[in-house]
Amino acid sequence: MIDSKVPKGPLSEKWKNYKDHQKLVNPANKRRLDVIVVGTGLAGASAAATLSELGFNVYNFCIQDSPRRAHSIAAQGGINAAKNYQNDGDSVYRLFYDTIKGGDYRAREANVYRLAEVSNAIIDQCVAQGVPFAREYGGLLDNRSFGGAQVSRTFYARGQTGQQLLLGAYSALSRQIGLGKVKIFTRHEMLDVVTIEGRARGIIARNLVTGKLERFSAHAVVIATGGYVNTFFLSTNAMGSNGSAAWQCYKKGALFANPCYVQIHPTCIPVHGEFQSKLTLMSESLRNDGRIWVPKKLEDAKAIRGGRLKPTDIKEEDRDYYLERRYPAFGNLVPRDVASRAAKERCDAGYGVGNTGLAVYLDFAEAINRLGLKVVEARYGNLFQMYEKIVDENPYETPMMIFPALHYSMGGLWVDYELMTSVPGLFAIGEVNFSDHGANRLGASALMQGLADGYFVLPYTIQNYLADQIQVPRFSTDAPEFSEAEARIKERIERLMNINGKRSVDSIHKELGLIMWDQVGMGRTEAGLKSAVEKLKTLKEEFWRNVRIPGGADRLNTELEKALRLADFLEIGELMARDALNRGESCGGHFREEHQTAEGEALRHDGDFSYVSCWRYTGEDKEPEHMREELDYEYIVRQQRNYKN
Amino acid sequence: MDKDINIKLKVWRQRGPKERGHFESYSLKGISQGSSFLEMLDVLNEQLVSEGKEPITFDHDCREGICGMCSLYINGHPHGPDTEITTCQLHMRKFEDGAEITVEPWRSAGFPVIRDLMVDRYAYDKIIQAGGFVSVNTGGVPDANAIPIPKRDAEEAMDAAACIGCGACAAACKNGSAMLFVSAKVSQLSLLPQGKVEAARRAQAMIAKMDELGFGNCTNTRACEAECPKGVSISHIARLNREFIKANLAD
Repeated sequence: MIDSKVPKGPLSEKWKNYKDHQKLVNPANKRRLDVIVVGTGLAGASAAATLSELGFNVYNFCIQDSPRRAHSIAAQGGINAAKNYQNDGDSVYRLFYDTIKGGDYRAREANVYRLAEVSNAIIDQCVAQGVPFAREYGGLLDNRSFGGAQVSRTFYARGQTGQQLLLGAYSALSRQIGLGKVKIFTRHEMLDVVTIEGRARGIIARNLVTGKLERFSAHAVVIATGGYVNTFFLSTNAMGSNGSAAWQCYKKGALFANPCYVQIHPTCIPVHGEFQSKLTLMSESLRNDGRIWVPKKLEDAKAIRGGRLKPTDIKEEDRDYYLERRYPAFGNLVPRDVASRAAKERCDAGYGVGNTGLAVYLDFAEAINRLGLKVVEARYGNLFQMYEKIVDENPYETPMMIFPALHYSMGGLWVDYELMTSVPGLFAIGEVNFSDHGANRLGASALMQGLADGYFVLPYTIQNYLADQIQVPRFSTDAPEFSEAEARIKERIERLMNINGKRSVDSIHKELGLIMWDQVGMGRTEAGLKSAVEKLKTLKEEFWRNVRIPGGADRLNTELEKALRLADFLEIGELMARDALNRGESCGGHFREEHQTAEGEALRHDGDFSYVSCWRYTGEDKEPEHMREELDYEYIVRQQRNYKN
Repeated sequence: MDKDINIKLKVWRQRGPKERGHFESYSLKGISQGSSFLEMLDVLNEQLVSEGKEPITFDHDCREGICGMCSLYINGHPHGPDTEITTCQLHMRKFEDGAEITVEPWRSAGFPVIRDLMVDRYAYDKIIQAGGFVSVNTGGVPDANAIPIPKRDAEEAMDAAACIGCGACAAACKNGSAMLFVSAKVSQLSLLPQGKVEAARRAQAMIAKMDELGFGNCTNTRACEAECPKGVSISHIARLNREFIKANLAD
C-alpha cells in the first residue's frame, strides 16, 4: 500500500496544519546533522542555501564546473505566482485549479494546492535577493500570460527568467559557502546512493577531474538532479543533463512514478541536419504575441519546401492559423501538449514548412504592426537574436520556424507529501520528482516548483524526518555498505572500459533517441510500444557488447561519463515504454493513438487510470513490479480539458 | 545559403594541469555550415574515438548561450569571430571553405588548464562567495511590490545581471583582469534598493578577493566589453570604482 501521507483537513488548511504539528529540530541539534544535496539547480541550490541558513551542515554536489551552470539557468519565459497584482481575478485556488487541469487531472491535489500557496513567497524572496524582474514605469512588477491560463500571473526577467532566479539561489548558496556552512563539490557526479539499514545515509560520487570514487555520508540525502528527457538524445536539455542519480535511487528501492509523462515543447528551433547535438527552445512567451500558422493549401506548402515561395508571399486568407481555428478560447496560448500535437497533425497532413516539412511558422508581423518594433524588441529581443544566430534569418522580417521537441519530464521519483521517496531519508525535489505537474506541466510552473520545493517545502518537511535522527552519530564512510557500493561501481566501470568495441557512445545514444522519438514520442500505439521494448533490449545488449571508450577510468574521461549516463538512459527508455503501455488512455503529454476523441483530442479514462503509476525495481533484466497510488479527487471535479470555449 | 565546407584545425592538447601542451592539426571534410562550432568538434571527436584516440576535452553544456560553460579561444578571440555570442552559438557559416582555425583554452592566470581546452574557473565562484549577494535568509521578507523600483534602474540592473560568468572578459584582458565580471554583480546589486544596503562592503570584499586570486587590474582597454557574449558594458566598471572609492573614503 502506497501512503502519500497527505494531511487530513480541508485542502486550504492542510499545509498550515502540517506545519503547525510537524516535528522540528532545535538549533543546537541542527549543527549535528548533515544533509547531502545532489544538484545545484533551482531546487538544489535553494534547498542547500535554506537548510544551511537554518543551521544544518550541507554537502552540495554538481557535475558542472560551477553551481551557477545547472540547467535551470536556461529557462526563459517566467515563473507563475498567484499574486493577482494585475487584478484580473487570480487567486491561490485559480492557480491550483489551472495547474491540476493543465496536468490533465493526474497530479496529487494536496501537493498542487501547497505549490500554489507558497508561490507568492517565492516572488517576495527573489525580489529581496536582487532578482531584476521586469517592471512597469510605476516601479511595480510586470506580468505576462502563459499557456493554459486566462490571467497574467507570470513574472519574468526578459527572456532569461531561469537564469536570474538561479543566480538568485546561487547567490544565497554562495553566501553559505563563503560562511563555510555549505561544502560544495563541483565536477562531481553521484553514481550511487548508499543505504544503511534501509535508510539513505550517503552517496558515492566520481570526481570527474581525477576519476577517483569518493564516499560521503550524511543523515539524509536530497536528490535534485533534474529530468531524464535526454533519453531521446535530442532535447532542449543541456548536454550533461541525465537521469542517472534518479535511476540509482530507483535501483536502491525508490519507486519511479509516471515515467511515460514527458513534455514535448511546441516552440523549438527545428532540426537542421545529421550533426545536430541538441535542440534550442524558443520561449513559450513568444506565443503571447506570435501567431502560429501553416499554409492552407497543400501546393503552397510544397512550394515553400521546394524554396519556390517564401512565407511572406502567402496571402493572409491562404494561411491556416490552426490553433486559433481549433481552440478559439485559448488560441495560441493552449497548453504545450495541445500545441505540440496540433503542429504534428498539420505536418503529418503535409502542410509542414522548412526544407524538411517538419516545421510550422510563428509569425510576429501582426504584433509588430500592433505594438511597434520597439515593444516587440523589448519583449523578445534576446530570443530573436538567439534565433537569428542559429538559423541565419531575421524573425522581425520573416516568420520564425518552430517544431516540437522534448523538454521536460513530469514523471520521476515518487515522493510523498513530505517529498520523501519510498526510501526513508531519501528526498527528491524539483524536476526529478513526479509530484506536481500530473501528465503535463504548464509553462512557468517548473521554476515555481523547483523554488517552492527548495525554499519553502523541503526545509520544513525534512525536519519531520531529521527530528528522529538527532541521536544518530555521524556515519563512517568505512562502513561495509559504502565499500560494497563503491566496489559495485568500480566493477561496472571496469566492465565498460574493457568492452573495447567498435561504436562510440553517441552513435548508440542517437539510435536510442530515434527509437524513442518514433515509438515513445508524441503519438504512441500498443504495437509501437511493444516493439520499442524489444528494440531497447537489443540496443542495451549492443551497448554492453560493442561500445568503445578510449582513455582510462582513473582520470578525466568525458566518454566514460557519457557511457555511464547512456547505460541508464537505455533502461529509463524501456521503463518509459512499459509505463506508456500500461496507461491505456491519453492524458497530457501521453498520447495513445487508440484513445482519442472524434476531434483528435486526448481521451482519458478516469475510471481505470486515475492513479499514479509506480514502478519498483526487482533486479537486473527482470520485469519491474507495477504499483498504484490512487488519486482521489476531493475538491476538483474531473472534466475533459476544454480550451475551445 | 549554407553549404558543406572543408576545414583545417589547430587544437591545443594538454593532458593535465602540470603537463606540457602542444598544438595538434586535424582536417575535417564536409562540415555543414548550418552546424554549430561545437557540433563540428563533436564530429572531430567521433572521428578520434573511431580511431581509438582520446577525444578533445572541452567544456560545454546548455548549447544555447546561457550556462556560460563553453570557453574556447578561437582564432585569437574568446568565443570566436562573431559578436555577442558564446562559443556554442558560433556557427560554421562564419568560416569559409578551406579555413584554418586555431582553437585554444582561455589563457589567463586565474583559469588554470585542467585538460585540453577545459579550464578551472572556480575563482569566479570564490569572488561571488566573498560578497556577490544580498544578505537575506529565506522567509520573512517584505512583499515583492513593497518597494517600487524605477524601470530604468531595474533595466540597467538586468543588463548587468545578464553576465553568464564564462570568463571571456578575463581571457580577453591583457592584464587578466576580472573587473567586468566583478563590476556586473556589484552594479546590479547597488542599482537595486535591496542590494544598496551593503553596497560598500560588497565592493570592497569582492575586489579584495579578486586581487587575492591573482587577477589583474583594469586599464580601460575595453577588450572585455568587445568580447563579452552578453554585451555587458564597461560603464559598470565605472560604477564599481565609484562604489569602491566611496567605501574606502567612508572607512
